[in-house]
This record gives sequence, structure tokens and C-alpha cells, in this order.
Amino acid sequence: MSVINDTKAIVIGMWTTWKHIFRRPVTLQYPEEKRIPYPRYRARIVLTRDPDGGERCVACYLCSAACPVDCISMQSAATEEGRRYALWFRINFSRCIFCGLCAEACPTMAIQMTPDFEICNRDIMNLVYEKEDLLIDGCGKSPEYNFYHHAGIGVTQRRGAGLEEKPPVDVRSLMP
Amino acid sequence: MFDPIDIAITLGKILLVFMVIMTMAAYLVLAERKLLGYIQDRIGPNRVGPFGIWQPLADAIKLFTKEDFKPAGADKWLFYLAPAMAAIPAIMIFAVIPFGAPLTLFGRQVTMQVSDLNVGLLLFVAFSSIAVYGVALGGWASNSKYALLGSIRGLAQLISYEISMGLSLVPVVMLARSFQLSEIVGAQEGCWFIVYQPLAFIIFMISILAECKRVPFDIPEAEGEIVAGYHTEYSGMRFSLFFVGEYINIVVLGGLAATFFLGGWHGPFLPPVLWFFIKVLAVAFLFIWIRGTLPRMRYDQLMMFCWKVLTPLALLNILATAWFILLKG
Amino acid sequence: MEQTLFYIMATVIVIATIFAISEKHPVHAIVYLVTSFFALAVVFYLLAAPLIAMFEVIIYAGAVMVLFMFVIMMLDQGSPEDAERPPLMHYLPALVLTGITLVSLVLLLTNRSPVAAAAVAPRLVSVKEFAITLFNQYGVAIEIISMQLLFAIVGVLYLGRRRKP
Repeated sequence: MSVINDTKAIVIGMWTTWKHIFRRPVTLQYPEEKRIPYPRYRARIVLTRDPDGGERCVACYLCSAACPVDCISMQSAATEEGRRYALWFRINFSRCIFCGLCAEACPTMAIQMTPDFEICNRDIMNLVYEKEDLLIDGCGKSPEYNFYHHAGIGVTQRRGAGLEEKPPVDVRSLMP
Repeated sequence: MFDPIDIAITLGKILLVFMVIMTMAAYLVLAERKLLGYIQDRIGPNRVGPFGIWQPLADAIKLFTKEDFKPAGADKWLFYLAPAMAAIPAIMIFAVIPFGAPLTLFGRQVTMQVSDLNVGLLLFVAFSSIAVYGVALGGWASNSKYALLGSIRGLAQLISYEISMGLSLVPVVMLARSFQLSEIVGAQEGCWFIVYQPLAFIIFMISILAECKRVPFDIPEAEGEIVAGYHTEYSGMRFSLFFVGEYINIVVLGGLAATFFLGGWHGPFLPPVLWFFIKVLAVAFLFIWIRGTLPRMRYDQLMMFCWKVLTPLALLNILATAWFILLKG
Repeated sequence: MEQTLFYIMATVIVIATIFAISEKHPVHAIVYLVTSFFALAVVFYLLAAPLIAMFEVIIYAGAVMVLFMFVIMMLDQGSPEDAERPPLMHYLPALVLTGITLVSLVLLLTNRSPVAAAAVAPRLVSVKEFAITLFNQYGVAIEIISMQLLFAIVGVLYLGRRRKP
């Protein structure tokens, strides 16, 4: 009998909603109680430093190329010893969609996402973050990683002095 | 000639009923939002005052200060008239509902009813059929296709469900042997009519659910399909007349369900007026609960349900009731 | 009090009906006609016939006119305001009929005796009385009318049946 089945379905539905009336609401009263996001939550972008305190960013433009909304811009420069850095680095957070592609593209792990999501502002121009606003004194999510210990040969270290690097081989001695 | 004290008492009752209905309608909006919130594991409005009790006031301020907008090409007079035509009949019906036992004040019998009309039940049917015009004209005068679709749906739905509603009330009249609501309530002193007429009660509840255009019968204002139906183009106070009219309708139809089937103001221990309010609020709670549970029906299902299920059932119920009354003598 | 109300309602009826027949837009005409029916219901109530008053509202204002409106809303009428008024010749039959009605009304009013007027003074007819008279005295007429309605329903069902291709 379809009538009995339909009535049963309605009664079951009504009973379910009745039970939910007395269930504790899942709502968080936002400004008073704050939800702490997980560490890998994708919110405000920062520029990190390596363990030695130097800037990780080598101004390779990969993040700005990866950015789907083109909100990252920078100007590269090089120190006298040949180490590259960003002369200025700008992220327009009013355009950023927090997709995390920049952090994925970064070869030096300089650009990283943090769980700090409260960056809303009344003046839209305050959402344009300059390098001083972005740069933090810390290593972020990968505290041991130092790009110039793995690469940057001939710039900050001698050949063969890198961490996972074998000493240079004399090609003339490689004869079989 | 008329007794000036009688007129004063009647005016006082009208004022009282009007204020109570308006307050109840306003707080029913809040209650609905709260209850739907709890059903959906949310909290609901709780920012304006403790537990959000000043939310209706905030809503009223917002609606009063909004722009009164008229779309280009709208039929001016009908557009302005329609919200009133939707809200006023609902309030008028309350004039015949007895909401308490007659009182004796200063040696004068005061009935807890604005007007004890001898065709009270028919007045309810008449005014609920007049309320159709608000929906129809509002949608038509807006000069918008969504509003027109909503009002055509509303017209068809309201006149169809009026029939099943009217037929479900016939057994009540047969049992009470009167159209007068005070006599219908009086006939239920011993036993509520819901005991004799469970089928008529179910048909009546389903029909009034459709009459006040609520889920699962809210196809005239189906948000997912036709924006907001017949009141798509309305804003500010005119929209709120439609909106509050719906909640007034819930209060009034709850009162009528209590009067016809749940014994009116009869009940043990508590004072009669309180019993009446408890019954009205119970019906309103049921409406909100149903809204939180059931999905919207499809248009053809809605029409089929009315014409092929409810109306024949109501007719059969009338026949069965008549037979039993004849047998009993 | 009742007399004042009667005259107010009578004026409303006459004006609304005139507007209803002179209005070019069908929806406006319906609204005027509904106003007229409503006022007529009040007049019926004043004449101590509450049942008739309610039926006037339920059936005429609440059902027949709503169906009219339903049909009109479904039709595309273009812009009825721009339509031309019919020529005077088309008004002639209506004017003649109105004249006949008016003349007979005047004759009736001038010839009526005060005794007869007192005899038809309104008496509140209860629903029970009304129903007993209707179904006992005019039972056959009721049956004939209901049969007619049944024929109409069957006819509509026949016309609206789903034809097999």
C-alpha cells in the first residue's frame, strides 16, 4: 500500500526533525568564539625566511605566473654576491582567491599559506600587502629547509659544499 | 437603538484582537526562524536582545524605512491595492472566532468573540476565497513573468483547496447543527470533534496548509523556481503586508482548526483563553515543524492530490457522517 | 444606521457597476464587479439574509470572478486601453433594456401601497428555516439544477478528455 508507505516516510521524517530540535546547535558565535583552523588551512599568505635568517624568496616569478587571478607582482634584483631577492613584492588580497597555487609553485618554500583568515578591512587599499607586511621572522611549515644548501651553486657556496651534493668530479678522470 | 457601552466593548474587543493578532504574527516569524534554526542544528536569530526577542521590532524598522518601489509598467492602483487585499481578509476572519468563555463584567455578559454571526463558518469560507484576489492581482499587476506565474499557480491552488476545505467542514456543521462558531464550540464541550472526525481533521489541516501557501504547498512562491512568486516585485511595507498576512493567516487558521476540531476554548484546569492560545500555538508549531521537514510538491501532484484524493475523501466522509447521524436518529 | 449603510452600499454598487461596464481593461472591470458584489452582499445582510450574503461572496466574488480572472490572466490581451470604444449603435439594446427596467421600477414605486410595504418588512431567516424551505418546497427544482450541473461536469470531462493519437 503506497498510502501506508508514504505516511510512514512522512512520520519518519517528522521524527528526525523532532530529534534535531533538541540537538546541540553546531553554530559557533563567531566574533566571541573563534574556530581555530587546521594548520594547513589556506588563508593569509606570508613570505618566510630560511633557518639562517635570510629571505627565502629568490624572485623567480613562478608564484606570480601560477596565480590564476594575477594578484602577485614583484621586481627581482640581485645582491653583489649574486644572490637574487625581490626588490618589492606585492600581493593584492582583495583579488586573491586563496587557492594555494603560489605556495605549490614556489621552489624555495618562501611563499606559504597560514591559517590566519581575519584579514577583512573597510578600506580596500589596505588589502594590498607589501613585502614588509608579508615577510615574517620564521621558517613557516618547513623549518629545516634552506634552499641555498641544496642549490644556488657558485653563488652562496662553493661547488660541492651543498648538503646532498657530492664533490665535483674531474671529467678527465672519468675515463673508463 | 445601539447601546454606547456595547459599541465601546465591541471596539475594545476589535482593538484587542487586532493587537494580539499582529503581535502573534510578528513573533510567529521569530518563532519560525528560531525553530527552523534548531531543526537545522543552527541557533537562529539571537543578536537583537536576549534570545533575539526584539528581532520583529528590528525587522519592522527595516521594512518601514525601505524604499517603496513600483516596477515600470506595473498597474499602479492594483499594485498598491493587492497587499491590503491579501492581509485584510485574514484579519477579518478572526472577528467570528470565539477565543474564550463569555465573561460577566459589571453585570454585563461579554462574549469573547468580536461578532457572533449566525453564518460564521460561511464568513470564514467567504473571506478565505476573497484572499485569493490579493495573490492574483499582486502577481498580475507587477508586470513580471515570475509574479504572473506565481499568481496563476496561487489562483489554481487556492480555489482548488478551498473546495476540499469547505467539504471537510460540512461534517462539523452536521454534528454541531449550526454555522455559528460559538455553537460549534459549545457542541464540543464533552468531546472534541477530532475524535468523531479524524479524517475531516486531516483533510482540513492539509487544506489550510495549502490555503496559507506553506511548505509543502508553497508553489505560488517557490523560491527555487520563480524567485518569490506573486510578491517578487514588492518591497518594504507592501512586501511585509504579504509576509505578515501569511503569518496572520496561520494564527487565524490555527484558531479555526482549534474551533472546529480541537474544542475551541474548552479544556480542563487552565483558563479558557489560555487553552485557546495553546491550541493555536500547537497548530502553528505543527506548521513550522512540517516546513522544516517536507520538500515542496510538484504542481501536478498538488492538483491531483486535491481533486483526486482530498475532495473524494471529503465527500465520502460527508456521506458516512450523514449515514451515522441518520442511524442515530 | 441601517438606512445610511444601505444608501452608502447602494451608491457603491451603482458606481462600481457602471465602472465595471465602462472600463476597457478586463482585470479592472473584474475588480469593480467584485466590489459591487461585496457591497451587494452587505445589502443582503442588511435585508436580514446573511446566508444569501455569504453565498454572494463565496460563489460570485470568490469563485466565478476568480475563474474569470484566471482565464483573463492566461490570455495575452495586448493593450486593451488602446482599443476603440464601440460605436453608439452597439449601446442601443442595452439602453433600451435599461429604460424598460427603469420605467417599470418607477411604476412599481409610484403604485405601491403602504400596507404592502409593511408586509415585506425583513425578518431574520435562520439557516435551518432556509434549508428546510429549499429542500422541501423546492426539492424538485434543486434536483433539476443539480442534474444540470452534473451534465455540465460530464460535458467538460468529455471535452477535456485525453484523445488517443
